[in-house]
Amino acid sequence: MSLDNYLYLSALLFTIGAAGVLIRRNAIVVFMCIELMLNASNLAFVTFARMNGSIDGQLFAFFTMVVAACEVVVGLAIIVTIYRSRRSASVDDARLLKL
Amino acid sequence: MNGTSQMLVYLIAIPLFSATVLLLGSRALDKVGHIIGTLASTAAFVVGLLEFFAMLGRAPENRAVTQPLFTWIEVGNFNVGATLLLDQLSICFVLLITGVGTLIHIYSIAYMSHDKDRRRFFAFLNLFIAAMLLLVLGDSYLSLYVGWEGVGLASYLLIGFWNQKPAYATAAKKAFVANRVGDVGLSLAVMIAFVQFGSVSFSGVAEGVEAGKASSLALNCLGAALLLAAVGKSAQFPLQAWLGDAMAGPTPVSALIHAATMVTAGVYLISRSHFVFDVASVAQLLVVIVGAITLLFGAIIGMAKDDIKKALAASTMSQIGYMILATGLGPVGYAFAMMHLLTHGFFKAGMFLGAGSVMHGMNDEVDMRKYGALRKYMPVTFITFGLGYLAIIGVPPFAGFYSKDKIIEIALDAGGAKGIILGSITLLGAAITAFYMSRVMLMTFFGSKRWEADAHPHESPALMTIPMVILAIGSISAGFIFNLGDRFINFLNPVFHSDHSGHGEKEHLLPPIVVSALALTAVAIGVSIAIAKYGRGKSIPAVAPADVSVWTKVARRDLLQDDLNEALFMRPGQELTKALAIVDEKVIDGAVRGVGSLTLDVASGVRRTQTGFVRSYALWVIVGAVGILATIAVMSL
Amino acid sequence: MNSLTILGALPLLGSAALFLLPRANELLAKRVALGVSTVVAVAGLAIAMNFDRSVTGFQLVEKYSWIPAFGINFGLGVDGMALLLILLALILTPIVILACWNEAEGSRWSVKTFFALLLILETMMIGVFAATDIFLFYLFFEAMLIPVYFLIGGYGSGERAAAAVKFLLYSLFGGLLMLASIIGLYVVSRDQLGAPTFDVTELQKLSLNNQTEAFLFLGFFIAFAIKAPLWPFHTWLPDAAKAATPGTSVLLLGVLDKVGTYGMIRFCLTLFPDASKQFGPTIIVLSLISIFYGAFLAIWQSNGDIKRLISYTSISHFGFITLGIFAFTAQGQSGSILYMVNHGFSTAALFLIAGWMIARRNSSKVQDFGGLQRVTPVLAWTFFIAGLSSLALPGLSSFVSEFLVLVGTFVRYPLAAVIGTLGIILAALYILIPVQRSLHGPVAPGNENLKDLNLREKIAIAPVIALIIFFGFFPQILLNVINPGAQASISALNIGPSTGGDK
Repeated sequence: MSLDNYLYLSALLFTIGAAGVLIRRNAIVVFMCIELMLNASNLAFVTFARMNGSIDGQLFAFFTMVVAACEVVVGLAIIVTIYRSRRSASVDDARLLKL
Repeated sequence: MNGTSQMLVYLIAIPLFSATVLLLGSRALDKVGHIIGTLASTAAFVVGLLEFFAMLGRAPENRAVTQPLFTWIEVGNFNVGATLLLDQLSICFVLLITGVGTLIHIYSIAYMSHDKDRRRFFAFLNLFIAAMLLLVLGDSYLSLYVGWEGVGLASYLLIGFWNQKPAYATAAKKAFVANRVGDVGLSLAVMIAFVQFGSVSFSGVAEGVEAGKASSLALNCLGAALLLAAVGKSAQFPLQAWLGDAMAGPTPVSALIHAATMVTAGVYLISRSHFVFDVASVAQLLVVIVGAITLLFGAIIGMAKDDIKKALAASTMSQIGYMILATGLGPVGYAFAMMHLLTHGFFKAGMFLGAGSVMHGMNDEVDMRKYGALRKYMPVTFITFGLGYLAIIGVPPFAGFYSKDKIIEIALDAGGAKGIILGSITLLGAAITAFYMSRVMLMTFFGSKRWEADAHPHESPALMTIPMVILAIGSISAGFIFNLGDRFINFLNPVFHSDHSGHGEKEHLLPPIVVSALALTAVAIGVSIAIAKYGRGKSIPAVAPADVSVWTKVARRDLLQDDLNEALFMRPGQELTKALAIVDEKVIDGAVRGVGSLTLDVASGVRRTQTGFVRSYALWVIVGAVGILATIAVMSL
Repeated sequence: MNSLTILGALPLLGSAALFLLPRANELLAKRVALGVSTVVAVAGLAIAMNFDRSVTGFQLVEKYSWIPAFGINFGLGVDGMALLLILLALILTPIVILACWNEAEGSRWSVKTFFALLLILETMMIGVFAATDIFLFYLFFEAMLIPVYFLIGGYGSGERAAAAVKFLLYSLFGGLLMLASIIGLYVVSRDQLGAPTFDVTELQKLSLNNQTEAFLFLGFFIAFAIKAPLWPFHTWLPDAAKAATPGTSVLLLGVLDKVGTYGMIRFCLTLFPDASKQFGPTIIVLSLISIFYGAFLAIWQSNGDIKRLISYTSISHFGFITLGIFAFTAQGQSGSILYMVNHGFSTAALFLIAGWMIARRNSSKVQDFGGLQRVTPVLAWTFFIAGLSSLALPGLSSFVSEFLVLVGTFVRYPLAAVIGTLGIILAALYILIPVQRSLHGPVAPGNENLKDLNLREKIAIAPVIALIIFFGFFPQILLNVINPGAQASISALNIGPSTGGDK
C-alpha cells in the first residue's frame, strides 16, 4: 500500500477538524476538533518518518502528544470553569477579551 | 608708568559694604540706617578728597594711578583684570558723585524721615554710589559695564522705590529696558574692541587705535556702538523716553541719579573713548547730531510741562544734549563738556532738591499750576533755587554762563555750515532754556497763591536746606573757579591731549565777546517772553488750557515719544509674541501631538479586528496558513 | 582609587536604605536623605580638591572590562567640564531635598520613595557625567529617565501623567537615534581598529567618511538637542516643568538638561569634528531661533504660568549655550561650559522660589500674585536676585558666561553675535514683567496673609544666592578648571585662529 494514502487520510482528518473549529459553537466539540487536527498532523509526522527513514517524525509525534495532553488538562479546566460561571459552553458567549 | 594706589578700592568697598549691611540688617537697624548710609558716603568723599590732593601733588603727566585687584576673566587671549584706574577725568566724577551724593544723603535723612523703608532707601543710595564709582574707576570697558548696569539697577530700584503704585513700577521697568537697549551698544563695543585690538582696557584700545590696527569702518562701528550705549544711559534721542517717567522716584533720587550723576555717564563714556571718536568721523558726526536733536527736544518738552519735576527732567535731557554736542566737537569739546557736566551737577541737583523742598511743603503736590507766591513762605528754598536758575540760564557770573558759553563758542567754531547750524541750535536752546526755567520760577515762587485748600507751605528743616545752600554756593562759584586761568582745561589736558593753547590761537568765527553777547541776548529774549506770559498780573488757570495749538499738545505728550515707541516696538512686539505663542501651541506642539494622535487613530482602526469571537480568530489563522501555503506554491512554480 | 565609583554608589546605597525604612516615619526618611546627599556633596568637594587643573584629558580614571565580547568597559573619569557638572549636581541635590522638605506630602505615593528617587537620580547624574565609555553613558542617559518619570508622574500636579509620558517618549526617541549611532560607531570601530571599542578616547582615532560621519553626528546631536532642549525639540520641557514638583524641575532643568549640551561638547565635537563644522552654521541659526523664541514665549507666559515662564527662559538660555559651543572659539566654549554651571544655579533659585510662591498661594498663575514685596520681602528679594541673574546682570555669575559666549561668537560669526546680543533686551522684559506683576503693585486679594520664608527655606536658598553673586566677581575659579579642556577641544577641531585680536 502506498504511503501516500496515509497522507490523504491525514489531510482529510485535518480538514474535518479545521471545519469543526470554524463551524461548531460548543467549546467541547471545538476542543475535540482541535485534538483531531493535532492527531492528523501526528499521522503525517509518522508517515513522513517512515518515508524518510528517519526517527525525527516519530519524535515530534510524541512531543505533540505530550503538549496535547497538557492542553487537554488546562483547556478542559478553563471550559469547565467558564461553564460553571456562565452556564454556557458556547465559544461565542465567551468574548471577554475584546476591548 | 602709572603709579599705584591702595586706597581706590575703599572708594567702592565702603558704600558697597554699607549697602549690604543695610539690606541684610534687621529692623533693629532702622533707627541708625540713615546715619550709616550717610557716613559711608561721607567716608567715600573723604577718600576721594585725599586722592585728589595726592594727585595734585604729582606732576601733571604722572597723575593717573591704578590699583590691580584680581584677574576677573581670562579665557584664551581674552583677559580682563579687575583693575581700578583714577585719572584726572575720573577724579572729577569721583568728587561729584561722592560730594553731591553725600549732600543728598543728608537731605534725604529729613526728606524720607516719614517713610518706614528709609533704611532700604539709604541702602539703595549707597549701592548706587558704589556702582557709579565702579563705572568711573574701572580701567576697562568690561569693568565699566559692571558699574554701568549696576547704576541701572540702582536707578530701577529707586525709581520703583514706591512700586506699590503700578505706574511707578512701570516707570522703573521702562527705564531699565531703555537702558538695556543702550547696553546692547556697550556689549557690541566691547566685542568690537576685543576683536580689533585684542584688549578691552581703555589703554589697550587707545594703543590699538594709535597703532592703526583697525579699519575706519570698524572704528566708526565701535563709535556708533558706544554712542548707542551713551544714548540709552543719558536719555538722549531716540532713547530719551524713560527719563520723564523716572521722576516717579523720590526727589533726592531724581537729583542725584537723574540729574547730577548717572545720566551723565554717557558723556563720561564718550569722553573716556575720545581716542575712538577723534578718528571716527562718522561716529563723531552722529554724536553731534544726537546732541543737537536732544538739546532742542528736551527744551521743547520743558516748555510744556506743568509737573515741576518733569520740567526739570526735560531740562536735564536738554543740558546733557549740550554736553554730548560738545563731546562731538573734537578735542576741545571734551573738557568743556566735562565743565558743563560739573556745573550742571551743582545747579541741577540744587534745583531738584529745591523742588523736593517745595513738594515737602506742599503735600507732595508737583503741579506748578497749584503753586504760586511761595517765595515769602520758603525763603531759603527760593533763594537757592533762584541761584540755580540764574546759573542754568547762563547769567554771568554764575556757573552755567561759563560752561554753556564755551559750548556755544565751539559750536560756532565748528566751521562752515555746520558751525552756523550748530551755533544757531545752541543759541536757540539757550533762549528756550531761559524761557521754560523762568516759567518754572514764575509759576512756583511768584504770582498769586493757587494752592489746594489743605496746603500749608513752610520752609524745610535745616537738614534739607543746608545741602541746598552748599549746592547754591557751587552754582555761583564753580564756573568762575574752573575758568580761572583755564585751570580746569589744563587739569584735564593729559587725558584728552586737547592742546588748549592751540584752541586759543585758532581763528574764531565770532570773537568770544560777541558770542557772549549773542547768548545773553537769547537768554534775555527767553526771559522776557516768560515774564510777558507768566509774570505779574497774568492769571494761570488751575487746569492746563485745552484750547491750545496742536504743537503745544504734541509737546505736552513729550513730542509723541511714547506713542512712537508703542507703535513701532511695543505693539508689533506684542503681536509677534502672540503669534509665536500660537505657533508653539498649534504648529510645533501640534506636530508632536499629531504624531501621538495618529498612532492612536491607527491603533483604534486595527483594534476592530479583535472581535473577541474565538472562531473568527481561528478563521484568520486558517486563512493565514492557506495564504502562506499558496504563496509558497506560487513561488515554487 | 575608585573615588568616582564610590561617590556614585553612595546615593544609591542611601536610597536602598530609604526603601528599608518604615513608611510611616517620614521625618526619618527626610533626614537620612538630607544626610546622605550632604555627605556625598562634601565627598565630591573633597575629590575636587585633588583635581589637577594643569592637565588636559580625563582624571580620576577607572576602567574595568565589562562585556569583553563587545569591547564594553566600565570606564569612569572626569575632565574640568564633567567635574563642574557633577559638583553642580552634588550641591543642588541636598539643597533640593531641604527646599522641598514637604513637597511629596499629599501625593498618592509615599514620601520616602520621593527622596529615594531623588537619590537614585543623583547616582545617575554622577554616572552620566563621569562615564568615559559611550555604552555606559548611554545606559545612564536612558536609566536617568526612570526616576524622573516617576518623580513627575507620581508627585507632580495637574496633567502630570501626560507630561511624564511626553517627557519619556521625547527622550526615548532621541535615545534610540543615539543608540543607532552608537551601534554604527561599534561597527566602524570593529572594522577599523580590529577590535570593537566604546571608549571615547579610542574612538577619536577613527576616520569616518563624510556621509557616515554626518549620519552618526545627527543621531547624537538630535538626542542632545532634545535633551538640551533646542528649538524645535523643546515642547516637552514647559509641560514637564509645569507638571513636576519644583524640586524635580530644578534637577531637570538645572542638571539633567545639561547632559544635552555636555554631550554636544564631549561626543559631537570630539568624535565628529568634520560633521560639527559642516552643521555648525545651521546649529548657530537654530540657537538664535531658540534664544528669541524662548524669550518671546517667556514674555507671553507673563500672563500665564510662572513655571512655564521659567522653562521658556531656559530654552532661551540653552540657545546661548549651543551658540557658544558651535562658535568653535575658546571664549565661546569656556563661556558655554560656565553658562551650564551658572544656569544651573540661577534656574534652581528661580524654580525653588517660584515653588514656594505657588505653595503659599495655591496658584501658579503670575497674575494671582502681586504686591509680594510688601507682604513677603525676603521671598521677593530672593526671587528678584535670581531673576537678575537670569537676565545676566553684570556682577552676577550669568553675565560672565553670557558675555563670553557672545564675544566668542563675535570672533567667528559677528552677525550672529549682534543678533544674539539683542536677546538681552528681551531678557530684561521676560524677567521684569513678571517681577512687576508678582512682586510690585498693590497687594493682590488673597495675598495679604502669606508667610515669608522660614528658616529652612532661607538656609536652602542662601548658598545658591551667595554662589550667584560670588561667581559674578570670581568666575576665574571655575574658568581655570574649564579652560584647559575647552581649549584642547577647540584646538582638536583644527579650525583656524580661534581668537580675535591678531588680525
